[in-house]
Amino acid sequence: MMNIRLLKDSIFSKVFFTLTILSISTVVLLGLGLYYKSIPILDSSSLSKLLFSSEWKPFKEAFGFYPFIMGTLWVTVISIVIALPLSLLTAIYLSEYAHFRVRKLVLPLIELLSGIPPVLFGVWGVLVIVPLIQDYIAPHFVEFTTGYSVLAGGVVLAIMIFPLIISILIEVFDNVPQELRDASLSVGATQWQTVKKVLLRKSVAGIIAATVLAISRAFGETIAVLMVCGNLAQIPHSLFDSGYPLPALIANNYGEMMSIPMYDSALMFAALLLFVIIFLFNAISRIILFRIEKSTT
Amino acid sequence: MRKIEENIFKVLMIMSTVLISSTLFWIIYTIFSKGLGSLNWDMVSKIPEGGFYIGKGGGILNAIIGSLYITVGSTLLGLLVSIPIVIYINIYAKNNSFLANITRLSYDILFGIPSIVYGAFGFAIMVYMGLKTSLLAGIITVTLMIIPILVRAMDEAIRVVPEDMKNSVYALGATRYETAKIVLRQSIPGIFTAILLSFGRAIGDAACVLFTAGFTDSIPTSLDQPAATLPLSIFFQLSSPIQEVQNRAYAAAVVLTIIVLIISITAKIISKNLSKNKI
Repeated sequence: MMNIRLLKDSIFSKVFFTLTILSISTVVLLGLGLYYKSIPILDSSSLSKLLFSSEWKPFKEAFGFYPFIMGTLWVTVISIVIALPLSLLTAIYLSEYAHFRVRKLVLPLIELLSGIPPVLFGVWGVLVIVPLIQDYIAPHFVEFTTGYSVLAGGVVLAIMIFPLIISILIEVFDNVPQELRDASLSVGATQWQTVKKVLLRKSVAGIIAATVLAISRAFGETIAVLMVCGNLAQIPHSLFDSGYPLPALIANNYGEMMSIPMYDSALMFAALLLFVIIFLFNAISRIILFRIEKSTT
Repeated sequence: MRKIEENIFKVLMIMSTVLISSTLFWIIYTIFSKGLGSLNWDMVSKIPEGGFYIGKGGGILNAIIGSLYITVGSTLLGLLVSIPIVIYINIYAKNNSFLANITRLSYDILFGIPSIVYGAFGFAIMVYMGLKTSLLAGIITVTLMIIPILVRAMDEAIRVVPEDMKNSVYALGATRYETAKIVLRQSIPGIFTAILLSFGRAIGDAACVLFTAGFTDSIPTSLDQPAATLPLSIFFQLSSPIQEVQNRAYAAAVVLTIIVLIISITAKIISKNLSKNKI
C-alpha cells in the first residue's frame, strides 16, 4: 500500500517536471518557429535592407519594413509620452496621498479597464478619438486629416497601458520602506518633497521597468491600433499622419499570405522582430522588478 | 513656494486619477449609447442570413457560439497544462529553487508576448501540421496565449496557502502528491479567479484567432471547421461602409462588453471573498 502511494508520488513528480520543462521551452520554440519561417526572406535579402528600406512592393518581392517600424515607433512613443506622466501622478496619488477608501474604489476600476478587450478600445477610438482629432484638434495644425492617425493610435494605446503601468508602479512604491518617508517628513520636508526626493529617487529602477514593460505592450498591440491608425504604408512625419505599425501589417495581410511568394515569410519575419524586441524588453524589466521585490523581502 | 508646488501637483494628481478612472465609464458609455439601439433579439439568436454583410437580416449567434467554443476549449486545455506546472513549482520544487524562479520568469515573459505573435506562431504550427483554419487551430493558439495567465494567477493563489498547513499535512505522513490535492482544494477560489481571468482574455482576443480560427457564417459542428469569433465579427462589420452593418458592429460590441464585464466583476467578487477568508 505504502509503495503504491510513493510510486504515485514519484510518477507525478516526473510527469509534472517534464511538463514544466516543456512549457518553459515554449519561449524558445516561439522564437525558433518564427525564425524557421522567416529563413526564406532572410536568405533573399539582407537584414539591413529589410529593416531600413522603405520599398514595400510585395509583388516585386521588395520588403522594406522601415515605414512600418517607424509607424510602430511613432504610436509607441506617443502612447508612452501620454501614459507615463498621467500614470505616475495617479500611482503617486493612490499610494501616497489618497485615503485607502479612494484607493479601494479606484483600483478595481483600473483593473476592470485592463480586462476590456482590445477590439472595444478600437471601437471607442473610432467613435470618440478619431472624430475628436479630425474635427477639433487637427484643424488647428494641419489642413486636412481623416483623424485616422498615429496620434489616434497613441491615445488609444495610452489608455490600454494605463492599468499595466499603474499596477506595477503602485507595487514598486509599496516596496519603498515607510521609514524613509518618515525620516524625510520628520526633518520638515513637505509630502511632495518627500515624494520627489525620496520615493521617486528610490523607485527609479522600478519606474524604468514599468515603462519598458509598457513600451513592449504598446509595441505588440494589434487590433485597436489597426482600427484607428489609418494603415498607409508611409513614414509618418507628424502626429496627424497615418501610420502602419508592424502588428497591424501582420494582421491585415494574413489573407494574402498564401498567394504571394515570400509574403508569408516576410510577415513571419515581422512577427519575429516583434518577438525578439518584446522578449528582451520583458526579460530586462522582469529581472529588475524581481530584484526589487527580493531586496525588500 | 513649497506649499504652491505641493498644491499644484496635488491638483494634477487628482485630475489624472479622475481622468484615468473615468475612461472605463467613457468607453462603456460610448459603446452602449451607440450600440443599444441596434441590439435586438435577432442579433443574438440568429446566424447571418444571406446578404447579412450588406445589411440584410440575421444575427451574430455564429460568433457568440464560436467564441464560447474557443474560450471554453482553450481554458480547459490550458488548465490541464498549467495546474501540474503550478503544483510542480510550488510543492515539488524546493521553495525559490532555480527551476521555480526560471519558470516564473519565463511565464512573466510569455505573459508579455503579444497575441499577434502567438497568432503568427499558431499559424506556423497550423501550416506545419497541415491543418486549415479551424476551431482546433484556434483553440491551440489561444491555449498557448492563456497558459501564462493561468500559471501566474494560480501561482499567486497557491503561494498564499500558509506554510504551516502544508507542514501539518506532511506531518500526517502525506506524500507530496497528496499534499498537492489538499493545497489545491484550499486555493479553489483563487483558481476560479484565474479561470475567469483567462476566460476574459480568451473571449476578447482577436489577433490570436485571426489567422487560426478563420471566420464563417455557420456554427461549427466539428473541430476541423472554421469558427467565427465575437471580436472578429465586430472588427469585420465595422470595416463595412454600410451604416446598417456598422450599427450591428456596435451592437455586437455591447454584447462583448456585457460578457466581459460580467466575467471581470465575478472574478473581482470571488477574489475579494478569498482575501476575506485569509485574513
